[in-house]
Amino acid sequence: MITITVNGQSHPVDVEPDTPLLWVLRDTLGMTGTKYGCGIAQCGACTVMIDGQATRSCQTPVDSVADASIVTIEAIERDDIGRKVVEAWVSLQVPQCGYCQSGQVMAATALLKETPKPTDEDIVDAMTNLCRCGTYNAIAAAVRQASA
Amino acid sequence: MNHLFPNTTQPHTPAIANLSRRGFLGASLGVGAGALVLGVLLPTGFARGQAEGMGAVAPKPGTRVPAFLEINADGTVKLLSPFIEGGQGINTTLAQIVGEELDVDPARFVVECAPPGPDYAIVNGLRLTGGSFSTRSSYAVMRRLGATAREMLIRAAAARLKVQDGELATEDGRVIHASSGRSLAYADLAADALTLKPREDVPLRDPATFRYIRKPVARLDVRDKSTGKAVYAIDQKVDGMLYAAVRHATHFGTEPEGFGNESAVKAMPGVHAVHTLPGAVAVTADSWYRARKAVEALEVRWSKPAPSGLETIAADFSSDGMLAALKSATGKGLSAETEGDTAAAFAKAAKIIGADYDAPYLAHAQLEPPSSIARFNSKGDLEVWLPNQMPELFQAMAAKTAGLQPDRVTIHSPLLGGFFGRHFMYMTANPFPQAILLAKATGRPVKVLWSREEEFLNDALRPLSHSRFRAALDAQGHPTAIEVRTVGEGPIGRWFGAVFKSPLDSSAVEGIIEKPYAIANRGMEFVKVAHPVNIAFWRSVGHSMNDFFYEGFLDEIAEAGGKDPFALRMDLLKDKPRHKALLQAVADLSGGWRRGPYDAPDGNGKGGKRARGVAMASPFGSETATIAEVSIDGGEARVHNLWIAIDPGSIVNPAIVKAQVESAAALGLSSALFEQVVYQDGVRQSSNYDSYPILRRDHMPAVHVRIVESGSPMGGVGEPGLPGVPPAVANAIAAFGNQRIRSLPISKTRLSGV
Ligand code: FES
Ligand code: FES
Repeated sequence: MITITVNGQSHPVDVEPDTPLLWVLRDTLGMTGTKYGCGIAQCGACTVMIDGQATRSCQTPVDSVADASIVTIEAIERDDIGRKVVEAWVSLQVPQCGYCQSGQVMAATALLKETPKPTDEDIVDAMTNLCRCGTYNAIAAAVRQASA
Repeated sequence: MNHLFPNTTQPHTPAIANLSRRGFLGASLGVGAGALVLGVLLPTGFARGQAEGMGAVAPKPGTRVPAFLEINADGTVKLLSPFIEGGQGINTTLAQIVGEELDVDPARFVVECAPPGPDYAIVNGLRLTGGSFSTRSSYAVMRRLGATAREMLIRAAAARLKVQDGELATEDGRVIHASSGRSLAYADLAADALTLKPREDVPLRDPATFRYIRKPVARLDVRDKSTGKAVYAIDQKVDGMLYAAVRHATHFGTEPEGFGNESAVKAMPGVHAVHTLPGAVAVTADSWYRARKAVEALEVRWSKPAPSGLETIAADFSSDGMLAALKSATGKGLSAETEGDTAAAFAKAAKIIGADYDAPYLAHAQLEPPSSIARFNSKGDLEVWLPNQMPELFQAMAAKTAGLQPDRVTIHSPLLGGFFGRHFMYMTANPFPQAILLAKATGRPVKVLWSREEEFLNDALRPLSHSRFRAALDAQGHPTAIEVRTVGEGPIGRWFGAVFKSPLDSSAVEGIIEKPYAIANRGMEFVKVAHPVNIAFWRSVGHSMNDFFYEGFLDEIAEAGGKDPFALRMDLLKDKPRHKALLQAVADLSGGWRRGPYDAPDGNGKGGKRARGVAMASPFGSETATIAEVSIDGGEARVHNLWIAIDPGSIVNPAIVKAQVESAAALGLSSALFEQVVYQDGVRQSSNYDSYPILRRDHMPAVHVRIVESGSPMGGVGEPGLPGVPPAVANAIAAFGNQRIRSLPISKTRLSGV
């Protein structure tokens, strides 16, 4: 049994230690806001914050985060910066299909925690999640708005 | 123009008599088409009575108010939509249209995809989400529906308040009797109103008084999508369900013949059972990750593919070989467009040019991998949760797979995590038959989820295609004739051929025919060569490549005649005011046409050179004009700006239109720069986003959109932003003077700048 702390709550989970955190969140804990897109750390749909860092949970074995603080999209509005990010996302109407957006919001929140006033270059470097609907420009505008 | 539904304003003429052809829905999986399925596709009223379970008496689609609207006590309105939301904004658009006439703020609408039923067959007697049809096919119907419902509420209020209808007005969800100061909420009147007979002559609102239509109303689902609350097919869960992971034959068409290590795999943690399926193997387990680990550990013996030939995906099949087969096809073409006398024009020509163009197979690569849940209840009735763009057809095919009548199958159509054509019926490319077979085999509800790798292996693809062009120029360098021979196969012919019967597949030639340019003599022909590959609709379908072919070649004509490509287009459009105005609009939007190369506007002369290309397209009832600004750096094209003017005739939500045009442009650029599914030795070479690169942020240009409402009949919006982008980019690259891109993606070619 491994115990993980997600959004401030601890959850004992009965899974193999190498199970990716993504599947523990989605299938074991039923927290489906974190998405599966590629499973190989390419797309970022599965991004969560681990000790404040944007992390791709599909390539994070659950036993490696047993002592960490995991924050998922479900708790994003409990975070001051997360709330600002969500408001910017809503006011600029960022999502289209929306499937990538949990991961985008998590990545943006982690960026702004680290770098409250990111340059355009910082945004390109940090916001590497894929969006098949092509919302990249709207995302960048929303990150700028949330940082203002 | 896509001819799947030739004319959205005319009643559809059913053209179904002979349903026997194998090709209609394919026969893989042994659940091929039957009269039942066609009954589902038939226009309402035509043979509907024979479609079991569909109800013999069908109302005129889009008219029965209770089938669409529920007015709740809290002032919200539930709208059951004929369409499926997948990012295109249709839920909000419908709320605007209905809300405008019903007189309820769209923000208080809750929009859900309606279950299967004849009321929703409003795309020319069919129901589908695609072809950029949703808004244009439903605009008039949904306005009338909202107005009819409002009038019923007014009559119900008149009876309640004992006044004349004419003394009543409405105001955002209430009926108001101004002279007595009394008012009633719609919710209090709804039950009475729905018992009234709808009137057919209710006047519609004067567009000059619109409050919601033509306004950038906020989309209804944006907050949920920004906070992880939006629920997609992949997020569904039902009690007691097993998770299934599948592995498809790497070599499509081969079958599993046995396992080397079945008992070891069965002993893996959480495993329930090991299964064989048509063209695949599966493991069911208590979690998806465990199922996947187990299915990947399975040692499977597969049957052998045919050694060669193009009937199936043979052992030596390759995309290069397929392209070579298209290029060397000798079959006689079907005429797709003929005008004037091309032979005479070529005989008199001062100059003749020719060129071959091609474009590759493409995957949809929507971010949500496909999944489906199937559950049988104790009576043997089936419930399925599945991504789809045609609920009735999926219901019928699910029924067929399960051996049930369709009325015993309930279909849930969740939000789509992107689609771009991915979720039509493609037989082996849809996971729901596997879920049904596994639910039957295990006696438990089963959720099948395809890993991203399985999705890349099994997605139905935008077909590879090839066109050979020839043009005649006169002594002034003006084009007098154009000939095109397009070889390949389109998805309409593949999937709807038996229904629509036309030997000419519009989805193979759209974008090559019906161009607006005044070239007097034209001979366009189509040669069908079927692909052994499962082919699909892909955002903008034939236009996604054919406009690249045509508009690229038109630039070659300009070059051969010593003309500027923008000036030549203007000249060829001199009798087409709508197109001319649009071309001028995009030039204005970009600050005036200039081809370049010119110094990049970075102020210090060190930004290198940039150049621009222009292209036009007429997709899905709309018109577009596109200009791309490109530089060349390290052998690669970098697109800095895209300017797109779109004329969809008239619009409902300008913010959604702009977002859709930008989204389509991004996909068009992605396909132009990077994308291709390559086959080698019968096997696809891409298995995930690392081997199938798609557009990332670092290649996303600024996109500038101008909407021009010419007042022409309403056209589509979701797809039209795409087709102009690949040729505008290729034409900009050509402006550097060193290379002409005739084969996509551009990343295959190492480019050189000035
Ligand atoms: S699912 Fe983790 S990066 Fe794609
Ligand atoms: S909004 Fe659809 S993938 Fe990003």
